[in-house]
Amino acid sequence: MSAAATTENKPAAPAIEKIKVKVDGREIEVPRLIADWSGKLTPTTMIQACELAKTEVPHYCWHPKLPVVGNCRMCLVEFGTPALGPDRKPVLNPDGTPKIAKSPRPAISCATPVSPGMEIYTKTPAVKQMREGVLESLLINHPLDCPICDQAGECKLQEYSVDYGQSASRFVEAKVHKPKAVDLGPRIMLDAERCILCTRCIRFTRDIAGDDALGIINRGSYNTIATFPGAPFDNNYTLNTVDVCPVGALTSKDFRFQMRAWFLKETKSVCTSCATGCNILIGSREEKIYRYTPRDNDAVNASWMCDAGRLNYKWIGRADRLQDVWVRGQKSSWPAAIRELADKLKQAPAGSVAIIASARQTNEELWLLAKLKARLGALSDAIPREGESDKLLVSADRNPNTNGARLTGICFTEMGINLVKIADGIASGKIKTLIVFGENIVKRAVAHDKLRERETISEVVDEHGITAELLGKLDALIVSDILPNETTRLAHFVLPGAAPAEKRGTFTSGKGRVQKFMKAVEAPGVARAEWEFLQELVHHVTGQNNGLTVESLFNQMAREVAAFNGLTWQALGDTGVTVQI
Amino acid sequence: MAQEYKLILKHADEPGYTPDMECYLRHGGYQALKKALALPVKDLPDGKKLSGPEQIREDVKVSGLRGRGGAGFSCGLKWSFVDRKSGKPIYLICNADESEPGTFKDRQIIHKDPHQLIEGMIISCFANDVKLAYIYIRGEMPEGARILNQALKEARAKNFLGKNILGTGYDLEMHVHRGAGAYICGEETGLIESLEGKRPYPRIKPPYFPAILGLWMCPTIVNNVETLCNVKHIVTLSGAEFAKLGTPNNTGTRIVSLSGQVKRPGYYEIEVGKATLGELINDPKFGGGLREGRRLKAIIPGGSSSKVLKAGEKFKLKKKDAEGKEILVETDVLDLPYDFDSLAQAGTMSGSSAIIVMDDSVDIVGALANLSEFYAHESCGQCTPCREGSLWMNRTLQRLTHGEGRRQDADYLGKIADNIPGGRTICAFGEACSWPVQSFLAKFKDEFVAKGAADEARRAQSISGAAAGTSVAPVAPH
Ligand SMILES: Cc1cc2nc3c(=O)[nH]c(=O)nc-3n(C[C@H](O)[C@H](O)[C@H](O)COP(=O)(O)O)c2cc1C
Ligand code: SF4
Ligand code: SF4
Ligand code: SF4
Ligand code: FES
Repeated sequence: MSAAATTENKPAAPAIEKIKVKVDGREIEVPRLIADWSGKLTPTTMIQACELAKTEVPHYCWHPKLPVVGNCRMCLVEFGTPALGPDRKPVLNPDGTPKIAKSPRPAISCATPVSPGMEIYTKTPAVKQMREGVLESLLINHPLDCPICDQAGECKLQEYSVDYGQSASRFVEAKVHKPKAVDLGPRIMLDAERCILCTRCIRFTRDIAGDDALGIINRGSYNTIATFPGAPFDNNYTLNTVDVCPVGALTSKDFRFQMRAWFLKETKSVCTSCATGCNILIGSREEKIYRYTPRDNDAVNASWMCDAGRLNYKWIGRADRLQDVWVRGQKSSWPAAIRELADKLKQAPAGSVAIIASARQTNEELWLLAKLKARLGALSDAIPREGESDKLLVSADRNPNTNGARLTGICFTEMGINLVKIADGIASGKIKTLIVFGENIVKRAVAHDKLRERETISEVVDEHGITAELLGKLDALIVSDILPNETTRLAHFVLPGAAPAEKRGTFTSGKGRVQKFMKAVEAPGVARAEWEFLQELVHHVTGQNNGLTVESLFNQMAREVAAFNGLTWQALGDTGVTVQI
Repeated sequence: MAQEYKLILKHADEPGYTPDMECYLRHGGYQALKKALALPVKDLPDGKKLSGPEQIREDVKVSGLRGRGGAGFSCGLKWSFVDRKSGKPIYLICNADESEPGTFKDRQIIHKDPHQLIEGMIISCFANDVKLAYIYIRGEMPEGARILNQALKEARAKNFLGKNILGTGYDLEMHVHRGAGAYICGEETGLIESLEGKRPYPRIKPPYFPAILGLWMCPTIVNNVETLCNVKHIVTLSGAEFAKLGTPNNTGTRIVSLSGQVKRPGYYEIEVGKATLGELINDPKFGGGLREGRRLKAIIPGGSSSKVLKAGEKFKLKKKDAEGKEILVETDVLDLPYDFDSLAQAGTMSGSSAIIVMDDSVDIVGALANLSEFYAHESCGQCTPCREGSLWMNRTLQRLTHGEGRRQDADYLGKIADNIPGGRTICAFGEACSWPVQSFLAKFKDEFVAKGAADEARRAQSISGAAAGTSVAPVAPH
């Protein structure tokens, strides 16, 4: 398995020689070598040169992040190279330009390297005719069930047929029929009739996910994608095959028949299910999320994401979301609650407040909490969340913003070590007020004495001693969360927050990539983005005004937090910036 | 008068000749190997030195030997492309997949004289610094595989194979690998994939030229059975002597598989270009002519993939006149010398040197339908034009043979075929499946049109008459 190039922190690559080629008569310079799917420098191919020349070459099997197989033949082009005389010297035209010997045979642009002086022709009648031929071949046995196909609207067969195909079919034979609605695995359905046999799914699964699960059975036109008998297609990356499939052959069981692709609003965001921070697009319509799909970012996730992260959106639309502000069991309002909280915190003696934040909060939110911490002399920490990592993307750290919590000073390098002190502080009565953001702390609490015992035999420490019983000792338990849980039920103040898909903000990934995400849908009820009410609270408690927008918060944070110095919201772009961690 | 010339098949059909080692040795076997292994370093006038292996490679170039598998590519040149600087092992594979319809020559060697092949292979391996070689044999030839395995065992026992061969320090191992029954395994890169244990999907070239990135991504030589046998004779005779056999640029002998409607179908070894198509078909020493009362209609000259020739066709062949000037000579199809270049000039190829003769009893449409069924079944299905086109052509032809033709089907079929060859596919199967269709149509179009027209006329008379007068054939529901 080889994760595609995911880091920027490589030593600067040596300068790569440039060569001149012509694409449809226009001369451009291209590097002689370009990183291939695995990141290895390999000779630049015609299709890459055409891409650099902004000339579209239609293609099905070629995918920049997968090994090249050259089977669809959609990318065939004509080309010529400088003619050489018997003396191996270039032959010149009367006007002194090199004479070009046109190749009698076409070449697949996805696998043919360019050479100095090469001329690539993508618009000749022969190229047009070859594309028509390939499209016709792909369509003759195609079921043409676009009206009920989930890919419709984002289907390369539809698009290229319009752009490069013929309108009429001359095919009068019986079509080849293949299995439809084949249950390939828990998340994937195959319609073998729609498959154009480009093998992208096979290559992704074998060469990227490292699972030799998919293959082709039968011969010729009867070729069919299949799994081994009795071995369902089930790894943590299966849904990427739906993305790479250029047609509607592979569909996501989760998304199929749910929504037409063209109705979806696409919002740039970041997955929050682990510290990797895969870049995603959120597909939503009318405040409902329908799917996550990976968004290209070579410094982070290439073009992929894991299935677990991709499907981790359903909770956002849950009916029992926290939608109201509650103060001591009574529905309240934001102004009333913030005012009361601000007054309370302003009067709190130093050291009487503790903060437990979540490493699922954004950088801006954690930074605002850190401001409260500083003003109140509070102990603070966040809750670690560990799982198993894999070789491709998934990080053992299941928090999306552990580094944000560290860099803003909410926790130490080792997250969670302050929890014991906080528990002790509450037990001793020193800590009277506890602010909890986005963590159901009671869930992993274990009675104090039992936990001590365990620690001595050095067991997991992501359990802590802050039990429900202990919380009962507090004067004020202030909790912000998204979904109701044991901790929100115990809280004196409940502040309904927003899911990442409902707000803007930034996370700092496990590798130090600061990435921003945009708002896809509205939070329910009066629930608000945490940074919004936090900045009001900070304003009231500390007198500091850090701005009313995420941009201004971010930019102010970047000025104050050493690791973020020099960053601006705008400069983060769509794919983020890596900082020293 | 054309004669048989038995070089490869010198002993194979002699009474009492058996495939075992003892018999082979009694007939002078493995002498060429001993000669090859003992070649002293040769000093060249320019001070350079040529090792034994280099001398053999040189000699194979001098011999003019061209591949006997189908493409007729220069063997010496192929060997010269091998990447000898990669530091990776070099492999040699004998292509014994012999599956081109009409071809049955390699199996004569394998069944009757396996040691000749093995000797040729050992010499070829020695010449190319190969330490491990494979014989990839067609799955449907279990007896051949058994014989070859037995022969390899005997060769190992005599130390013609194994470690330190005949005390020279040269090591070589050789294995037989059986295919699982697919024509595409004869295509050299499909063969390599199959040998690696995968589906025999031919590889794209570039970058996977076998000479550079072949078996296990190492430099690899793939040669046909007959080609490799010839290497033995080149060592025995010397390249220059070998080149005197046959005709210039078409040297040596070829074993011709002759089938179809001739009186004496069978295999005949001739000096390349020293017999004409007509002689091979009609001479009593060869095909012995057609059956009584039959006239020649068509000839498939080089295995089912080659373009068909029509009786009475004339071609302009390049010849040298008395003063050595190049002239064009009108030549009847039957006067075409049976060699690589003449058939290429006639727009076809000698391919696997399998001649299929058709007389006037043959239904041309049916014959093509038969061929196209083979190709539709054997396309590996990897690349679009061939995968879809091969079946489309077959479905059309089956429809025609089942009386559901249309007048326009000839043109329709031609357009399907035109979308496949000419570098549009990954491997030459694209040409193999479309050339027969293109050439049958080019030469016998009237028969296809007549068939479609007759079907239309019959439909027009049918009482149900739904399709009457239309040119649309009944179409099975999609
Ligand atoms: C579809 C296809 C099938 C082939 N089948 C055979 C075969 O059965 N035997 C063979 O020797 N060559 C076959 N060839 C040719 C091989 O690819 C290759 O050119 C040959 O083995 C090279 O050997 P030669 O240079 O000694 O002729 C086939 C080629 C194609 C495209
Ligand atoms: S299922 Fe999709 S990705 Fe896989 S081979 Fe078919 S068309 Fe290509
Ligand atoms: S690897 Fe991590 S960030 Fe990427 S999709 Fe999975 S859970 Fe989300
Ligand atoms: S041309 Fe035909 S046989 Fe060759 S790779 Fe393509 S589909 Fe397979
Ligand atoms: S993109 Fe499929 S052959 Fe090049």
